[in-house]
Amino acid sequence: MTATLRAGRVSLRVEPASVLLGAAAWAAALAVALYAVTVGDYPMPLSTVLDTLAGDGTLLTYDVVVRNRLPRALVGLLVGASLGMAGMVLQRIARNPLVSPDVIGVGAGASAGAVVMIVVVGAGAPAVAAGALTGAVAAAATVYAIAARGGFRGYQLVLVGIGVTALANAAASFLLTRSDRYAAKQAATWLVGDVAGRSWPDVLTVAAGLAVGAPMVLLLTRHLRLLELGDDIARALDGRIGTARAALVASAVGLTALATAAAGPIGFVALVAPQIVRRVLATQAAGLLPVAGVGALVVAAADLAARRLFSPDELPAGVLTAAVGAPVLLYLLVRVSRRNG
Amino acid sequence: MGAAVLVAAAAWLSLLVGTQPITPADLVAALADPAAGSSAVVLHLRLPRTAAGLLAGAGLGLAGAVAQGLTRNPLAGPEVLGVNGGAAFAAVVAISLVGVGPLGGYVWFCFAGAVLALAAVLAIATTGRGGATPVKIAMAGAAVSALLFSLTSAIVLRNHDLFERFRFWLVGSLTRADLPTVLQATPFLAAGAVLALALARPLDAAALGDDTARSIGARPAVVRGLAVVAIVVLAGTATAVAGPVGFVGLVVPHAARMLTGPAHVRVLPLSALLGALVLLMADVAGRVVLRPEEVQVGVTAAVLGAPVFLYLVRRRRVAWP
Repeated sequence: MTATLRAGRVSLRVEPASVLLGAAAWAAALAVALYAVTVGDYPMPLSTVLDTLAGDGTLLTYDVVVRNRLPRALVGLLVGASLGMAGMVLQRIARNPLVSPDVIGVGAGASAGAVVMIVVVGAGAPAVAAGALTGAVAAAATVYAIAARGGFRGYQLVLVGIGVTALANAAASFLLTRSDRYAAKQAATWLVGDVAGRSWPDVLTVAAGLAVGAPMVLLLTRHLRLLELGDDIARALDGRIGTARAALVASAVGLTALATAAAGPIGFVALVAPQIVRRVLATQAAGLLPVAGVGALVVAAADLAARRLFSPDELPAGVLTAAVGAPVLLYLLVRVSRRNG
Repeated sequence: MGAAVLVAAAAWLSLLVGTQPITPADLVAALADPAAGSSAVVLHLRLPRTAAGLLAGAGLGLAGAVAQGLTRNPLAGPEVLGVNGGAAFAAVVAISLVGVGPLGGYVWFCFAGAVLALAAVLAIATTGRGGATPVKIAMAGAAVSALLFSLTSAIVLRNHDLFERFRFWLVGSLTRADLPTVLQATPFLAAGAVLALALARPLDAAALGDDTARSIGARPAVVRGLAVVAIVVLAGTATAVAGPVGFVGLVVPHAARMLTGPAHVRVLPLSALLGALVLLMADVAGRVVLRPEEVQVGVTAAVLGAPVFLYLVRRRRVAWP
């Protein structure tokens, strides 16, 4: 069942099931994030949180909620949404459920770029974001250049990604060993991915990525459907499909890079979120809204679990997403090869 | 022969080059008279470091050659199969949770971790139609390694002292090697090497395929089991000594085959020599490129090895099942 919305030249196909799942996922993600704001060393009833957000808090509650916990919660939601979208775009373009920004080296490139800025330059959030963007673009360009020569088969992309990931990780770990104890510990979370200790500049970083990336992906969704038919058919139906694909890849790289700049390479979210949506909706095409919602829910829930399960210790959220996501990747690997024979 | 001479030359360089350069005369004097004051650097730093490089490099090279023979997969190597990651994870668990001491205690944990990771990767890659294709092995290995890396980080990041101790080792480094470690590692590596070399002819037979191998009297299942044991012991000990160093085990056997052809009788010993050569040279290079600071051998090995991996991916046109 599909409805079509039109506004001038832009038309949007709306599937009720997709909207329903999207709304449910976002509602759950927001609920988890809101609950996460109430817990911590200084527990706070929900009413106090809401009062503080409305402007009726004390200096203390303002500090805890607005300065401390809210940016963390927002970064988690926005990073999850960005990664989910980026994963969906890449998986549909490559027509391969195993392709995600982490697998093809974009996440590792972004975190190496961020670590360079932290350790070598000692820079603040904007420079770290720029470093992550540069690293992500460099990794994506390298993978593309090497894989394109081999005829650009989906799996060559994955293998080249593994090699580039190893290089980027070596560069990042090298910098870690050269930095002092404090910077090293700070930078180490950049290799795993974490939303603890995030502040408002980080929120702005990932929000900026979404502000540019999400509309681009939304406008180009039509082309995704074409690209899924295969290059030849897509080209026959639309001669400018190459441009659309380049724009889609660019937005996926940008979304991944700024999410990584804000929170490090939170692994496997980009892989898992589109898969969950595809399975729930029983359709190949995962919609934008549900994928973003599920991504946000995954990161928010992972962060909450990482804080609560091992208290008083905290784990980086990326550890939990990897612990859940790696088995999913392995399951997909078995499933996909079974189907493709 | 030539390779052995090169390894000796590399070991010589590894003894001499460093932040505190040593002349050949110093070296001879230090070895002749261990009690002399000037020999401390040689005896306590350079000698163990060089010996550790020789052992770990030979172990990784051999493990890679056996792994590629076993899986008939040009992209197999201990790190691709998840073995290094498994061994490193188990070592961190052993030291942080169980509190075992130096190498002798945790090398068994390294073996256990390596076995579990390797079993997981092979089991996952073999499931599904098409069997264990190169791409499936590489992807399963990458996923298992990513998982183990993040679990390792989780443990290390929770403990400041552990973090300080491990942040160099986890990159892959020879700087912490001391003489007791080297002495403890030697028997394990020797046993692994003997087993690997004994597998040379069976691996050649296995390369013909299971049916042919069986028809000429080989027992593929036994060979596979022993090959797994050899990989685990060799790569597990190398990881215990030097941390999870990547790409040496993957790249070296290719060079060996280019030089001698595919027969394992020649590939295996040459891989051991070339592994030692590559790891020593990577370590020496790491001491020189950014003087006076050092680059960890795991980093130089990745910088040298990853491009070769990418080249292999492209040249082999690895097919999806």
